[in-house]
Amino acid sequence: MKKTVLLAAGAAFWGATLLVTPVQAQQGVKIGLIATLSGPQAGIGREIVDGFNLGVRHAGGRLGNVPTEVLVGDDQFRPDTGKSVAERMVQRDRVDIVTGVVFSNILLALSDTVLKDRRGVFLINSNAAPSDLAGKGCDRNFFSVSWQNDNVHEAMGQHMTNAGVKRAYLMAPNYPAGKDALTGVKRYFKGEVVGEVYTQLGQTDYAAELAALRAARPEAVYFFYPGGMGIAFVRQYAQAGLVQQIPLFGPSFSLDQTILPGIGDAALGVYASTYWSEKLQNPGNEKFVRDFEAEHKRIPSPYAAQSYDTAMLIDAALKQSGGIGNKDKFRDAVRAANFTSIRGPFKFNKNHMPIQNYYLTQIAKDPQGRLVMDLKGVIFASHADVYAAECKMKW
Amino acid sequence: MPLLLFLEQTLNGLQFGVTLFLMAAGLTLVLGIMNMVNLAHGAFYMLGAYFAATLVPITGSFLVSIVLALAGAAAVGLLTEVVALRTLYSRDHLDQVLATFGLILFFRELVKILWGPIAIFMDVPALFSGRVEIVPGAPYPVYRLVVLAVGVGVGGFLWWLIARTRLGMLIRAGASNREMVGALGIDIKLLYTLVFALGCGLAALAGMMAGPLYVVDIGMGDDILIKTFVVIVIGGIGSVRGAFVAAIIVGMVDTFGRILPSQFGLSATLAEISIYVLMAAVLLWKPRGLFPAAG
Repeated sequence: MKKTVLLAAGAAFWGATLLVTPVQAQQGVKIGLIATLSGPQAGIGREIVDGFNLGVRHAGGRLGNVPTEVLVGDDQFRPDTGKSVAERMVQRDRVDIVTGVVFSNILLALSDTVLKDRRGVFLINSNAAPSDLAGKGCDRNFFSVSWQNDNVHEAMGQHMTNAGVKRAYLMAPNYPAGKDALTGVKRYFKGEVVGEVYTQLGQTDYAAELAALRAARPEAVYFFYPGGMGIAFVRQYAQAGLVQQIPLFGPSFSLDQTILPGIGDAALGVYASTYWSEKLQNPGNEKFVRDFEAEHKRIPSPYAAQSYDTAMLIDAALKQSGGIGNKDKFRDAVRAANFTSIRGPFKFNKNHMPIQNYYLTQIAKDPQGRLVMDLKGVIFASHADVYAAECKMKW
Repeated sequence: MPLLLFLEQTLNGLQFGVTLFLMAAGLTLVLGIMNMVNLAHGAFYMLGAYFAATLVPITGSFLVSIVLALAGAAAVGLLTEVVALRTLYSRDHLDQVLATFGLILFFRELVKILWGPIAIFMDVPALFSGRVEIVPGAPYPVYRLVVLAVGVGVGGFLWWLIARTRLGMLIRAGASNREMVGALGIDIKLLYTLVFALGCGLAALAGMMAGPLYVVDIGMGDDILIKTFVVIVIGGIGSVRGAFVAAIIVGMVDTFGRILPSQFGLSATLAEISIYVLMAAVLLWKPRGLFPAAG
């Protein structure tokens, strides 16, 4: 486990204050960031950690002007490991907030450990947000700062409808998130689905599927393949000469900066739906992109942006509530979301899922010749998820 | 299924089978001759691709990069054999599985430290980046045909090496009776080291041929390793000929298993089990595989 302690001067200051005025000692905040940091899926975890750390740095190393400590844990892409890391952080290290979880299955494995703890620990997550925690299973201490799992797919379904696509072909891996993704697309795509194909999780050869796809003669193809699967799929789609014939649509998860360098020029012209782009023009975003690139020598991905936003949200909430000592006050402050998101307008729905914009981008080259998601417009303004209706929470 | 689509899928199945063969040939040699279960075979597949992907922009030549990357991967294999694996030959298979699984984790983290956690780019060489219409109406990537040719070429080379050379004779002798070979004064240690390096070289070659088609990342060796084990179990452990035949069969069954269920409205999960059902059926019929190595 990698342990990043951002206490530094804050700790010394805190200790000194304790000695002088023990009664008015300022309570700090301890945050446990659990992400996938080893194995083939580590690229996303790195974005989450780097984005969060930049947020803490922009807040002067002290979120909400209180001493801030960030513990980083690696779930190794395994639900059981994620759960035991969460137990250690919640029970031994006594963190106040858990964040960072990349994958839904890992989040579901550890959510009870965090949310059922008697101290009242918050799970303010910066990536995974499965429907299980958005509908009937919503929780007063669970927040998603990223999106609800279906949203990005829904946005592209809507865009394909807007673009007048009559016959679409849908592809995803054969696992729960793959089925959810295509369900999300179909919720807003009003044309005919001429093929809905689920392939093996981890499969990287798509020659047979692409031959069948060509034979079905669709007008558009939607694909959801995260990680290496996405790289292999887009490249083979281009190698088979299909890019020029049948436009390709996907979510940012299959076309962001953790994936584009591996795809190369084969990705040019492919459409991606997203909730953040490095081209979004607002002062906060320009500062984020500039400082992230300066520090890490790469373009940030949407994962880094939403993790940065998570740090900024916690910062603003702590300022408003005057620390995390009073859980109810802190919860109200998080709900208010009085921060300026680098993604544009942002507020929480009553199930603690975001209501935010979703954008259309197309893969193009920036002036330095790097592949980027070029912003084309807004698909959904202030879009909410469908599960909020099932959530009984009132506030 | 229309005839033309059937032909195209047959070609896809052949090509996938040959990719599996490149991987299986090395694994079956090491397992059959050295009686060594090497789970880290996939790590050399990955290393080969990373070496080649890194060298192509430096040397500017795909061919030169492949030769250098092959030498590099074989050298790493040699070093691994001498440092880590030699002590394992006399141990039982479970110990070997544990140790070589450790090697997988070691090489993964090493690659992550050196190249970073996200996939790196490897392009199809410009010469082979086009498409040809072998089956009318279905342009087929030339590079896939190149992979097919390389696989068949490697199969021919291995046949020649094993059937026609002195080294091949020793390899065959080692596979059927290692004690006797040792007693006859052959340096069996050296033979093992050579065979292991050859196996690593073959895995690396498979990785660098697959790189431009699939993806060059830390997980690339995992999925294919499982299918490779299926191939060598069906083919008969230690038999290169068996590996070739089984790889083609598995490539075909996997390809059509992925396509046919959806045509009849059946679950996609059927595709995932097709090759394992095949393996079970072959083992019921021939418990030692289709072409068991002599001995």
